[in-house]
Amino acid sequence: MAMATIWASKVRSFLTMLGIIIGIAAVIILVSLMGGLTQQLTDMFDDLGTNTIQVAIMSRAETKKVDPDEMYEFLDENKDLFEDVSPNISVSGTIKCGTENESGTATGVSEGYADMKRLTVEQGRFIQYSDIMNISKVCVIGTYQEQNFFGKGNALGQTLKINGTVYTVVGVLEEKEDSTSGSGDDAIYIPYSTAIKMNKNSTVSSYILTAVDEDRITETTAVLKQFLNQKIGDEDYYQVISMKEMIDQMTTMMNSMQTVLVCIAGISLLVGGIGIMNIMLVSVTERTREIGIRKSLGAKQKNIMMQFVIEAGTVSCIGGVIGIIFGSLVSIGAGKLLLDSLIAPSVVSIIVAFTVSVAIGIGFGYLPAKKAAQLNPIDALRYD
Amino acid sequence: MPPLVELKDVYKIYKMGDSEVHALDGISLTINKGEFVAIIGKSGSGKSTCMNIIGCLDVATHGTYKLNGKDISNYTDDELAEVRNKMLGFIFQQYNLLPKLTLLENVALPLLYAGLSDEEQKERALASLEKVGLKEKAKNLPSQLSGGQQQRASIARALAGHPSVILADEPTGALDSRTGREVMNFLQQLHREGNTIVLITHDNSIAAQAERVVRITDGKIVYDGPAEGDEIVSKQEKAGAGE
Repeated sequence: MAMATIWASKVRSFLTMLGIIIGIAAVIILVSLMGGLTQQLTDMFDDLGTNTIQVAIMSRAETKKVDPDEMYEFLDENKDLFEDVSPNISVSGTIKCGTENESGTATGVSEGYADMKRLTVEQGRFIQYSDIMNISKVCVIGTYQEQNFFGKGNALGQTLKINGTVYTVVGVLEEKEDSTSGSGDDAIYIPYSTAIKMNKNSTVSSYILTAVDEDRITETTAVLKQFLNQKIGDEDYYQVISMKEMIDQMTTMMNSMQTVLVCIAGISLLVGGIGIMNIMLVSVTERTREIGIRKSLGAKQKNIMMQFVIEAGTVSCIGGVIGIIFGSLVSIGAGKLLLDSLIAPSVVSIIVAFTVSVAIGIGFGYLPAKKAAQLNPIDALRYD
Repeated sequence: MPPLVELKDVYKIYKMGDSEVHALDGISLTINKGEFVAIIGKSGSGKSTCMNIIGCLDVATHGTYKLNGKDISNYTDDELAEVRNKMLGFIFQQYNLLPKLTLLENVALPLLYAGLSDEEQKERALASLEKVGLKEKAKNLPSQLSGGQQQRASIARALAGHPSVILADEPTGALDSRTGREVMNFLQQLHREGNTIVLITHDNSIAAQAERVVRITDGKIVYDGPAEGDEIVSKQEKAGAGE
């Protein structure tokens, strides 16, 4: 019966639904896109390793430093918390190969670095312990350098010059992105001992560690900070950043942003609800005579209430379903276009959206329905 | 057995600003089962108010109203609705059929509110439509019928709930004289079958067809007795017979 009444005034019903449709669609789109964005960022950080902890030491003083041997010693003492450590030493300068000449950066790392950073060696091998012990002039390069300097598959055994020193290529990493300059494939790794020598025996100012258990990251960083405090003495001179904490911070931020956006979209739902209430009030006035007839035939207040509440509920329900379909399509489309990934609108947001739209219909239909139910039958019968 | 309708000293007073209007000014009326009563009066005489009170659409300001022996003066809105549903059948001047429902749905409406099952509603509504000769039109909308047919449909609706009292408010008011006569004949037939009918009209010739006439003027009953005894009605009837 409610459907018949809605169908009888199609245009009006659609316009009434529009508020709900837009509100629900907006909520679904925002939740899906924010979810997609958060997921994408989390994935990005996951690639870098969620259990990694970076240490930066910002002191030049001889007394306020931590050298690699001390770091390895610390690691040995805390085997339950830390998996591995690698110094992270940048050597900037010119990279020269044959006639090719460009400025770039080589990174001095330990033999464990590839596992820590989830790097896969496609050809040859990674830096080994013996390279570090021997301060070997060997390097592992990314596919950008491979393709730029040597051509695909021709790099192993070749040489290139970093700041004038000749290095032999012993390994090529797997392609991660698109082998362009500045991408994840633009990398040169050399033994950290060699890097220290290249940097004129300077101190190591950056380390990367991996934690055993990322759920115990707070405890792990605390132990690390205690060690650094003891070594350096002043926490202004070092910085410890754990990926896990960064992701957590980012997720918290994204979530609060999502809440704000959903609240804004919620306002349009509220406006939609008021639209339903408005139309239902008009409908009650228009149908005063019908209500009078029904009451004269024995309709009780609850019968009249139900009739109008169900009608309002049905309008907002249909609006909700259209909004969900529309919102899902837009979020899938926008996900493809903006984030280049498939975003499935979350089931939870759909269920919540549907419940909210039904609740709005019933909530905002209640007042007009109550007004209708309490009409005096003779006044209603006399109404023209 | 108590009388079906018993009004005792009923007043209906409307306050209009400072002055009071006595739409009903102390009416006492008793209607027994099986009677065919016409309540007659000019417009503004209070006959419609009287019908609204008998029909439980309105409550009296003072006085008691017993329907089938039960005092309903203090009933709530919903209790009155139930009384209307179970005991009263209305026939209105404007038919008051719901335009978007088929005849069958219209006639089944009081049964729906009585809480009958779908099949029972349909069965009884169809029986009721058959009685007024509109069974084939059950699927039609009211707007597809003539005025006389619509009035018959509204009679079918009034009968569907097997009411104790049928209240007809100017049932012929919107019809031409021929279809009006048809409707009156039908009401007389219902009366012969044992139904109690209360007819409200301003038309003396219509009132003359009832057994008993109650004339209301300025909210008071000025005559209550057989149709032949009422001066104006019998005069009308004689004039009609003389034609």
